[in-house]
Amino acid sequence: MLAFIIRRVGQAVAVLFTVGLVAFCIFRFMGDPVENLLGQEATQADREALIERLGLDDPIPVQYVRFVGNALQGEFGISYRLGRPVSELIAERLPATLELAMVSALFALVFGVLFGVYTGIRRDGVLANIVMSVSLVGVSLPTFLIGILLIWIFAVELGWLPSFGRGDTVAITENWDSVLLTASGLKSLILPGITLGLYQMTLIMRLVRSEMLEVLRTDYIRFARARGLRRQAIYFGHALKNTLVPVITVTGLQLGSIIAFAIITETVFQWPGVGLLFVNAIFFVDIPVMAAYLLLVGTVFVTINLIVDLLYFAIDPRLRFDAPGKGA
Amino acid sequence: MTDHDGTRTRNGDATGAEALVAEPNWLKDKAVRFLDSDVYFSFKRSPVTIVAFSLVMLLVLGALLGPLIAPQNPHDPAQLNLMDGFTPPFSANQFTGSFYLLGTDDQGRDIFSAILYGLRISLFVGVVSVLFAGVLGVTLGLVSGYFGGWIDTLIMRIADIQLTFPSILIAMLIFGIARGLVPVEMRNDAALYILILSIGLSEWVQFARTVRGATLVEREKEYVQAARLIGLGRIPIMVRHVLPNVMGPVLVIGTIGLALAIIAEATLSFLGVGAPPTTPSLGTLIRVGQDFLFSGEWWIILFPSLTLLVLALSVNLLGDWLRDVLNPKLR
Repeated sequence: MLAFIIRRVGQAVAVLFTVGLVAFCIFRFMGDPVENLLGQEATQADREALIERLGLDDPIPVQYVRFVGNALQGEFGISYRLGRPVSELIAERLPATLELAMVSALFALVFGVLFGVYTGIRRDGVLANIVMSVSLVGVSLPTFLIGILLIWIFAVELGWLPSFGRGDTVAITENWDSVLLTASGLKSLILPGITLGLYQMTLIMRLVRSEMLEVLRTDYIRFARARGLRRQAIYFGHALKNTLVPVITVTGLQLGSIIAFAIITETVFQWPGVGLLFVNAIFFVDIPVMAAYLLLVGTVFVTINLIVDLLYFAIDPRLRFDAPGKGA
Repeated sequence: MTDHDGTRTRNGDATGAEALVAEPNWLKDKAVRFLDSDVYFSFKRSPVTIVAFSLVMLLVLGALLGPLIAPQNPHDPAQLNLMDGFTPPFSANQFTGSFYLLGTDDQGRDIFSAILYGLRISLFVGVVSVLFAGVLGVTLGLVSGYFGGWIDTLIMRIADIQLTFPSILIAMLIFGIARGLVPVEMRNDAALYILILSIGLSEWVQFARTVRGATLVEREKEYVQAARLIGLGRIPIMVRHVLPNVMGPVLVIGTIGLALAIIAEATLSFLGVGAPPTTPSLGTLIRVGQDFLFSGEWWIILFPSLTLLVLALSVNLLGDWLRDVLNPKLR
């Protein structure tokens, strides 16, 4: 048990170390930070002063350690394009992305489970087949086309929902402007939320469906039926419960993907989150923002994977028996 | 059917020469053998695959012959007539009377021509990035599987780390880094190659893992031991003996990878970090067309989107079919 946890945490740290190294190389060796921060008129003395101040003449390992140290304190340097601290930019935009990601994940989970259970119970039903076919098309469509299609139908033709932006926000804390508390904010969350969550929804739906089909064949379900339990009790109380372990794992793992794919959704809907910040940073080669985003997303991914793995370990006892044999 | 390569013996040189002389016969043999194969049999029996294959062929042909069949060169300002701007599809322009099959954009650019030219870029980037990813992935997978040891650990560790992140994110990151390394004035010209590099580098892992797995199995087999016994070096064994035997799944991964690469290219271009406006791909056309959706010119975005959709879906279906045919376990 302990060996497994130590090994798994060690792996996570190694991955993070690599990501940090990549981010550092981008930060340090791409372009010339001095040129980028100083204007054309800077003198040699200005240059040297800045090199001294940024510590660019220190040995590279020292610079790397300092980079990691700064990053741990949330300090990523100054954006070349906007001239403001990257940490400030990210703090401003992170709430928007997190809200979008959470709503999408919730949408994916709720509807994925509902549709999955339904298509699992009514395997040959007309409606179930329609849902399955539509989901297949949904998976094949690139995310941005889904977004555009939704905008066309619900914003342009029907005019029901806004097509871009976040609507009105309410400040919850100093840095957290939320859309969850206003009507226009919630309305503007619907289309991006669906766009972002659709792929994950189909994934969860198919998973729940196949798990349901498997579970419904087992003896204990037959006994439950024979005992005369109500259908709802059988489907939701007994069958669904036993499909949830893989569902929770997949949802957890997909949370990282949702944050990454938010880049596309945020661009389609001009949602002012970190994804949009990153796309603009790539276009304008704004290196500190790129490096910071990389570190941020890397940390999120590694943390989620770690938590899911440890959870799995806690939930599934079979893994615990294997662990000593494979130790270290 | 009777003459397959396996039966050729040491005096095969003579037969080889004969075959060269009687080339039509040799071609006919190949054709007959193909028409008799499992692959063709399965192809014939799957209408969906036939439709998908025809659509892909149609689009590839359209891309190859694009400059010949397009009514205008959409990127030559001299051929554009501003008066023709915003002509709806399937109808004549109300001022000039010019007819454009799929309508025009704000500058009077024929959408049909723009799609043909965009298709060229999309397919070019897609195909070349998959080739790049394939060559890189197969090489690394072969080396990893055959040599083992620290080099295997290193390559597979990198693959694992890369697999932790979605490939589109990796592609964007590499695109950003490569873009930063290219001088500002060359960025537009180099964009397509940067795009190929970033998509290729984001997709090699699938090839490498599959080939490595197959190599691990093959290298223990007797023919490899025999080759080693007669004193063949590692590289010749890998290239001439192991490689042909691990290539089967590569074709499947390549086809599905092509669909992924086309979508990745379109996504990057749509985000504005892909093909530049001077050489727009389908994704760039969709990005541009999005602005006109709100003012009611739906055809500017609809037709490029449909083309992309049909292309990606058909290639995907072909890949699925290939996987089912070439994987004996599923039959």
